[in-house]
Amino acid sequence: MLKLLWLIPTLPLLSSLVLMLGAGRHSKTLVASCGVGSVGLAALITLSIAAGFNADDSHRQLLWHWFSVAGLSTDFALYLDGLSLVMLMVVTGIGFLIHLYAAGYMYDDPDYARFFACMNLFLAAMLILILADNLVLLYLGWEAVGLCSYLLIGFWYQDPANGMAARKAFVITRVGDAALIIGLFLLYAELGSLDIATLMSAANERWPNGSTTATVAALLLLGGAVGKSAQLPLQSWLPDAMAGPTPVSALIHAATMVTAGVYLIARCHPLFMLSSVAMTTVAVVGLLTLLLSGCSALVQTDIKRILAYSTISQIGYMFLALGVGAWSAAIFHLVTHAFFKALLFLCAGSVILALQHRQEITEMGGLGRRMPFIFGCFLIGCACLAALPFTSGYFSKEPILAQAWAQSPLLWFGGALGALITALYSFRLIFVVFFGELTTEPKPLQRPGWVALKMPSALALLALLALFGGALELPLATVLPGIEAHPPLLIAALNTLIPILGVLACYSLYRLNPELLVRLKQLPGSAALRQFWQQGWGFDRLYDRLLRHPVLWLARVNRNDVADRLSQGIVALSRLSHQLLVEVQSGQVRWYAGIMTCGIVLLIGLGVFI
Amino acid sequence: MLTLLIVLLLIGAAAAWLAEQRSASAPRLVALATLGLALLLLLPLLFNTANGALIAVQGDSWLLLERHAWIPRFGISWLLAMDGMSLLLVLLTLVLGLIAIAASWTEIGERQGFFYFNLLACLAGVVGVFTALDLLLFFVFWEVMLIPVYFLIGIWGHEERHYAALKFVIFTQASSLLMLISIIGLAYLHQQQHGSYSFDYFALLGSGSESPYSFWLMLGLFIALVVKLPAFPLHTWLADAHTQAPTAGSVILAGVLLKTGAYGLIRFLIPLFPDSLESFAAVGMTLGVIGIFYGALLAFAQYDLKRLVAYSSISHMGFILLGVYAWNALSLQGAVMQMLTHGFSAAALFMLAGAIQQRIHSRDMRQMGGFWKQAPRMAAIALFFAMASLGIPGLGNFIAEFLILIGSFQASVTATLLATFGLVGAAVYSLIMIQRVFQGPQQSSHTLADFDRREQGTMAVMMLALLLLGLYPQPALDLLQPVIAQLQALGQTSSSQLAGVMP
Repeated sequence: MLKLLWLIPTLPLLSSLVLMLGAGRHSKTLVASCGVGSVGLAALITLSIAAGFNADDSHRQLLWHWFSVAGLSTDFALYLDGLSLVMLMVVTGIGFLIHLYAAGYMYDDPDYARFFACMNLFLAAMLILILADNLVLLYLGWEAVGLCSYLLIGFWYQDPANGMAARKAFVITRVGDAALIIGLFLLYAELGSLDIATLMSAANERWPNGSTTATVAALLLLGGAVGKSAQLPLQSWLPDAMAGPTPVSALIHAATMVTAGVYLIARCHPLFMLSSVAMTTVAVVGLLTLLLSGCSALVQTDIKRILAYSTISQIGYMFLALGVGAWSAAIFHLVTHAFFKALLFLCAGSVILALQHRQEITEMGGLGRRMPFIFGCFLIGCACLAALPFTSGYFSKEPILAQAWAQSPLLWFGGALGALITALYSFRLIFVVFFGELTTEPKPLQRPGWVALKMPSALALLALLALFGGALELPLATVLPGIEAHPPLLIAALNTLIPILGVLACYSLYRLNPELLVRLKQLPGSAALRQFWQQGWGFDRLYDRLLRHPVLWLARVNRNDVADRLSQGIVALSRLSHQLLVEVQSGQVRWYAGIMTCGIVLLIGLGVFI
Repeated sequence: MLTLLIVLLLIGAAAAWLAEQRSASAPRLVALATLGLALLLLLPLLFNTANGALIAVQGDSWLLLERHAWIPRFGISWLLAMDGMSLLLVLLTLVLGLIAIAASWTEIGERQGFFYFNLLACLAGVVGVFTALDLLLFFVFWEVMLIPVYFLIGIWGHEERHYAALKFVIFTQASSLLMLISIIGLAYLHQQQHGSYSFDYFALLGSGSESPYSFWLMLGLFIALVVKLPAFPLHTWLADAHTQAPTAGSVILAGVLLKTGAYGLIRFLIPLFPDSLESFAAVGMTLGVIGIFYGALLAFAQYDLKRLVAYSSISHMGFILLGVYAWNALSLQGAVMQMLTHGFSAAALFMLAGAIQQRIHSRDMRQMGGFWKQAPRMAAIALFFAMASLGIPGLGNFIAEFLILIGSFQASVTATLLATFGLVGAAVYSLIMIQRVFQGPQQSSHTLADFDRREQGTMAVMMLALLLLGLYPQPALDLLQPVIAQLQALGQTSSSQLAGVMP
């Protein structure tokens, strides 16, 4: 089965090409079966490879030599080990369910084929990123993921705001990409290779622990990771990325794109372990991001934006885990997060469709009785997100907090505070959207029979995965260094209790005691703080002031190119001398005689005195 | 054989002019046939090299070399030679020539004979520039390629064609004068040292570094070449010329003519003045980095679609300048790749702009928007080339920029850091172009027909070329490898050590 590895990224790629070249002429049935089927087939191949995969194995498949110049040799080669296998399963598996759902969700859209072409390309790019055997190929996947996110966020291109959000995502992640590729230059200049395995062993041999070069290289890779994974300080594109159709959001948040940064750091973990400075930076970036975006999630009113901020926050947990050395816990959280975040987004999509594209939670309420199936799924998703005991989120978040405690109580405290906030904002969603009085009457979805089945079946499967995914055993033991942390009983108990406390607090605020919430909102400074949080801690405004406006200003004043003044100056100068000479040619004999006399006097004077 | 190639193009030019008397559309067929024949002429060469059977004529990197006496008294000879670099650039020239003909198929209606005469004459000059190894002969071809462009812009250009054509001529002629002075200066120095004049490339290699005036001679040649490239601050002719030229003119200007400047830097400037690598590299790299940012900023600010593409060329040429002055195998390979890939991507974008202008009679992006719905094929193709221009991996432009940057990192970390962030600028102006033309609310005032078969086919050729250069660039890189190795050796040695290279 390993021989079929190349088919996994190729199938979605081919399907994408077919759909693109078809240029919208294919029937919807064909488009859906091509778009969903190719991903499903890729998922099947992944499963069969996984079934025969020995956790200690690694496998390299050479497709062709890409380019080799003066000692820099790069192949189109795929590399499979436990880590890439786990990622493969997440991307193809979750990707398939999202595609299945999308086949129903996007059924009314006139650009059905273009949508699936981009979605398939997105998956293919992510699969190449995961399977890349060298950093240049990884960078290819990395950039292609950015391109597809651009295409999909701006999918409804008629609205300029969507185009703006798409460009914002592309450009901000590109800033991170620039850091990443500079990291590649540095690694090549220092270690003479860009092959990941060679690079990591060479780094271990040549760089001592704590070497400055290792730190710089690791920080540059981190720069790329924070861009794609929407962490501080490049997180501001993700909330705006909600402009795309909801399945796109699910894909970006669960299966592709934002997990890429986590994967990159895990893949290059030997490099990061050489530098405690880099590790601490990763942990601190994760911690700050998870707290800041958690606070923002508390005050958002758009259901998709709440989920977006929660993603940033959960990826923050993964970065925290990576930073404290809980490598496999980070990947485990990535996996469970993919389950429940895909579930949450797709449920949100169903809610939005039922309410005729309303997204404000203030316009929702009491949906629990009208949409019991969606309510159940959403509840499961939120329970996982809040890490309530025995859900998958609990099993993955608990080891992160335990390891954080082992590293530094401060990191643990931040993480635990984040867990409280997570429980608050996730159950705020539940109580506002599904409880209380009915605000907007949901409209049942009109879809032909077979299409109608796709959405609930995808949701049901995801709900099962989210509930029981915690029991999964990931084949990471040989790839990532494992650390068993046993925190004191009190800490372990707190880790379990805090989410429950959060849910209870939320219940009392939103159901038992709404007056308390009102009074909270009337506290002095509360409105300003909420606005500040809602706008994502003012990062957009900061970047506008610092970068965007100066560049726009410079572009505006220099639209006609200052350097062109040079040639304009030459033109002006020759015009001027022309005019001066014209003045001299007056046609008056007196004037000519006068000038002549002056000239003679001048010449004689020069002859006499010099 | 090389003479034959150039003569073929000139005869074709004359024939195209004469053919106009037969019928109005005959010239384009003659031009098409001429270029097709020229390509056929090169074909065996390509297969020979691909099989590794290099026709070792001179040193180890020359595939072909012809030398005839011309003006022996001044040491001027008819010396043409071709190595892997020349071969690739001549191929690019001929292919883009075909594309330029396809682009003018319906656009050029009047005086077709003279139009195709100028087009082919210009291409003949370019092929000469890419193959001449006698400095005076090089200069002659340099002039041959420029004058037809003046007519192309001045006669078939858009509303401000006279201003643009005049500006183009003044810039290029003033800088050509500097080049001529430098060339004569080098020959004169040769006479001082060896007793006879010589314009022979092999005789003059490295000699520039041995004279007290070497800096000024080098500067003269440098200015002449970077005006063509163009580099900041001598780029200002380019925006007007590109914008006002007919589509074929823009395609040839951006795709081929700019590359002659870069080619001159690599082939002549550094090998003739190897010392300048040490003393002048900082200036060259700085100009390159400034060009990257300045071009990107100006491109971003434009409302005129063709102007946007024109300024983006300045940004891309900045990478070449950076790669040349980093002068190592990686960066030089990258610089030559950048010439090829930018040739295709810029030509395609100009053709796109030309196609839109032909349809809606405007280049102003404020009058465009929402064209995706009316012309989805055109939009998808535009997106492809916008992505090429911003350096998406998988397309040739990425390979070029990646090699330039990874090579220049070893020469100057600071310049590379800045240049890499210049890539963000490329993303900004490429995407804003897509936004303004194809996305956003639909402009009701214009209806836009999608690309027809001819245009789709032309675009497909360029897309395939970029994909090939992006996914499997190795044949091109292999062709360049011996050339680059030899050039590198030239950059590191002074002329006294060059005995082995001279014929």
